[in-house]
Amino acid sequence: MVKLVIDNKPVEVEEGTTILEAARQNGIDIPTLCFLKDINEVGDCRMCIVEVEGRKGFATSCIQTVEEGMVVKTHSPEILEARKTILDLILSNHHKDCLTCSRSGNCELQALSIKFNVQKVEYEGEMSKHKIDDKSPAIVRDFNKCILCRRCVATCKNVQGIGAIDCIERGFSSCISTTYDHSLNDVDCTFCGQCIESCPTGALREKEYIDEVWEKLKDESTYVVVQTAPAVRVALGEEFGYSIGTNVKGKMVTALKNMGFDKVFDTNTGADFTIMEEANEFVERVKNKGTLPMITSCSPGWVRFAEKNYPELLDHLSTCKSPHQMFGAIIKSYLAQKEGIAPHKICTVSVMPCIAKKYEASREEMEVDGNRDVDYVITTRELSRMIRQANISFRELEDSDFDDPMGEATGAGAIFGTTGGVMEAALRTAADTLEGKNLEKLEYTQVRGEKGIKRAELTLGGMPIKVVVASGLSNARKIMEEIKNGTADYQFVEIMACPGGCVMGGGQPIKSSKIRSAVDVRKLRADSLYSIDEASTIRKSHENPALQKIYQEFFGKAGSEKAHKYLHTHYTAKEKYEI
Amino acid sequence: MGKKSIQEIEGIRNRKRQELELRVNTKADTREKHILVCHGTGCTSSKSPKIIENFRKILEEKKIENVRVIQTGCFGLCAKGPIVIIRPEDTFYAQVKPEDCEEIIQSHIVEGKTVERLLCKDIDGTIVNRLDELNFYKKQKRIALKNCGVIDPENIDEYIAFDGYKALYQVLTTMSQDEVIDEISKSGLRGRGGAGFPTGKKWSFAKQNEADQKYVICNADEGDPGAFMDRSILEGDPHSVLEAMAIAGYSIGATQGYIYVRAEYPIAVQRLKVAIDQARDYGLLGKDILGTGFDFDIDIRLGAGAFVCGEETALLESIEGRRGQPRVKPPYPANKGLFGKPTIINNVETLANVTRIILNGAEWYASIGTEKSKGTKVFALGGNVNNVGLVEVPMGTTLREIVFDIGGGIPNGRKFKAAQTGGPSGGCIPAEHLDTPIDYESLTEIGSMMGSGGLIVMDETKCMVDIARFYLDFTVSESCGKCTPCRIGTKRMLEILERMCERKSRARRFKQIRKISQ
Repeated sequence: MVKLVIDNKPVEVEEGTTILEAARQNGIDIPTLCFLKDINEVGDCRMCIVEVEGRKGFATSCIQTVEEGMVVKTHSPEILEARKTILDLILSNHHKDCLTCSRSGNCELQALSIKFNVQKVEYEGEMSKHKIDDKSPAIVRDFNKCILCRRCVATCKNVQGIGAIDCIERGFSSCISTTYDHSLNDVDCTFCGQCIESCPTGALREKEYIDEVWEKLKDESTYVVVQTAPAVRVALGEEFGYSIGTNVKGKMVTALKNMGFDKVFDTNTGADFTIMEEANEFVERVKNKGTLPMITSCSPGWVRFAEKNYPELLDHLSTCKSPHQMFGAIIKSYLAQKEGIAPHKICTVSVMPCIAKKYEASREEMEVDGNRDVDYVITTRELSRMIRQANISFRELEDSDFDDPMGEATGAGAIFGTTGGVMEAALRTAADTLEGKNLEKLEYTQVRGEKGIKRAELTLGGMPIKVVVASGLSNARKIMEEIKNGTADYQFVEIMACPGGCVMGGGQPIKSSKIRSAVDVRKLRADSLYSIDEASTIRKSHENPALQKIYQEFFGKAGSEKAHKYLHTHYTAKEKYEI
Repeated sequence: MGKKSIQEIEGIRNRKRQELELRVNTKADTREKHILVCHGTGCTSSKSPKIIENFRKILEEKKIENVRVIQTGCFGLCAKGPIVIIRPEDTFYAQVKPEDCEEIIQSHIVEGKTVERLLCKDIDGTIVNRLDELNFYKKQKRIALKNCGVIDPENIDEYIAFDGYKALYQVLTTMSQDEVIDEISKSGLRGRGGAGFPTGKKWSFAKQNEADQKYVICNADEGDPGAFMDRSILEGDPHSVLEAMAIAGYSIGATQGYIYVRAEYPIAVQRLKVAIDQARDYGLLGKDILGTGFDFDIDIRLGAGAFVCGEETALLESIEGRRGQPRVKPPYPANKGLFGKPTIINNVETLANVTRIILNGAEWYASIGTEKSKGTKVFALGGNVNNVGLVEVPMGTTLREIVFDIGGGIPNGRKFKAAQTGGPSGGCIPAEHLDTPIDYESLTEIGSMMGSGGLIVMDETKCMVDIARFYLDFTVSESCGKCTPCRIGTKRMLEILERMCERKSRARRFKQIRKISQ
């Protein structure tokens, strides 16, 4: 332990603690901007400077570790003035169009400006000018709002192990860019959107489809159907002041109905279909000695990663479409038939915690008979914006239920939204299928929890099975390397591109660095999903009565020819750099 | 050619040393003459390669024997380049043109008559016959530059002749690792890159860290405006750096070295390549050096010309193939350096002193200089000074001595205004501090710093705001762009200065500059 004094307060902290952490542990806050705990601790922005007695100049508290007997001042008038100067400098090269910025109200730079009572920016001069990169279907980069904190760079490189972006040029011309300054669309970016989640300003955002959706809602000749992913309901409330992880399903459904959607469905039912197909595919692969391990394919960021990095291993990916794509296909086939509406008159909108889903929906494989499975994907954040646009007082809404005929989803579908959930849901169904009976066992806790890689050994139908669950692309890479070099002895692998799974997707409400340091956001949202599962009366996908009915009336059985036509897809090797 | 034993190396040394006696002794008993032509960057740009070619051609045409034309490194007095020196008599011809070669050969070599019109004139107008008669050289002491201008840098035998690779053999066969570090520590040698960190201490930190691999890096990414000390050493005496790196490698337990040299130094890079090849050929680099069982090899890494890559951790990033950008310290390179392994990074000039210290002893070295700054320092003297060039002086020499005695004062009868030292992070020293003895502490005390050795003299006509603007401009374009105050702050400061120069700014802007500077 190290003893030091911070703002006249004697404190004791563990050796190796930074001054910033030491201060925060003792209730003293120091402002930060580039700091992102465990991800970006580099001391770039200099907002966190403090005075250390006996030292020349200021110390950067996010990187300087404590020393025995250190005397630290965190808010002397000199420090406050120096911090204000740094903030002024950052603002002097920031396009301050807060009124029209997607991050207004949730911007760390704006928050600092308020904190420092910035009424006029002291410095002026040349401003960096960058072209906006909006070529991709998923992500928009507006580097006129970038403050070069490098949180996105560190996230892409260190958390996801991709490194699609880094700093180019020098000095004032420095900017974050890609290989040879190409669009993110054309490089090794997977559209996981984790960079958006780590951006303190509005430099990175999802490509919005809000206006398009409003247009469709206005058009009376279009039957607009919306579906919401499991992870959305446990995060949307955060945009309206609810605590992290609050399940606001009922209000969300009401809001969507009020906004004018003709049908509001639960993607969880789509997830139940995915489980049916995937469990069936897995059992078939095991029985017929097909390519194993089989790897889940419901995370489009992961699929893009696999296509760009492991083209030779694409046979391992389940051919199942992801839940919302399956559901979109079902809406435009089964539902269209049932309701007597021409498929091309139906517009399917997915509300997702993900930005890669936008890309996924745009993939050319994702249509049947000329009908796109999903027309628009909007994120949890976009939905919150639409709710505000519609002037709906979210907190005052009554609860309502998803629409029939697909209203009932299982607990298995709900846990899709967190890492390990797909595996657990699949195991519930696969176990019953292989045993040929209805098993009591429901919970597979080995595949739950925060770890990036979770391995488990189980017995299914008397057969020993090894499974592994990985979330985050650097963990995915580790598993893929094992498969590539032949050391993997798993039969079933679940991979999610985002660390923690969909609850932490790139389309979810953005949490500030400070909140991320203090709270385990993933756990709060994931726990909420597990509670939904626990409270569900039906917790196995194959027991979903709506699903059983649709199989009976439409697809026949899992893995049928018709099921393949609507619910399965294929993958193609992609160049890492399409330039 | 091929791997040599120590006996064979000694054989080369003895034979070659006799042959080269005329290079250092005006009374050498020889019938040979050596025409030395500077082949450093400065003289090369004013056609010294053509001069060499002409001399050789004419000698061949005239069938003159016993005269050899030798390319050397920098003699120092770049203002008088291209420089040709004829030894053993040490005749100093200045600003020689390719078309002067015929006359020099005919008159000097054939007829034995000095070519008066090409003799160098000192500042006071006196004609000097010999190099050491020039005031420029009188107060200098050449340790790091000992071989520059004396040997052919592309001939390892000439380096060996002047005690080359003797220090390495001595270290490998008679000294323990700690003894070497101790000797360097006792000599008081401090980093010549600018910060002045004690070299022995740096080595001892790296030695203390256990690791399966350690590295020695020579920092040749000389980036300060106007600085060319390291370039000249590499061009004139590359083996002294290689030998020192091997010694450093032995003392800390490293088997691999890297020289990080900027690509804008093509001659230095070429000389290094030749030197490394020759040293490998003789078995002075590689496996089992001189049969001692010690392995050490060196590779070159080219820098792409970013100023910040001279900062040691940015340099490491660059060698590892990433964007040159400083790392968070600690950990320091001695603990976790190149590829995460203990690493020492020494500047070229620092290394150039090492063999001399080993051969002459720490006490000898420590007897030169001031209390806390030992030895000599090489400066690249430039700007408004008569004798622009490369000078090496004992620490403690005053700025006045360098500018006026060695540098020959300010041209055109103008007055001295200031001297800039320390590169962009340094400062301008005004006339009132002319008598400050130059060492690490005194320069810091008066608000400048030693830096790597650029010394730019300004006369009374120079505007200090312009100078500030120049250095700020440099900083703006060379900032690595990582941290806010440097990336945006220097830009805003430059803009304020520019507005001031256009008389579009008010005095309160000074306050802004001061604020950003803090």
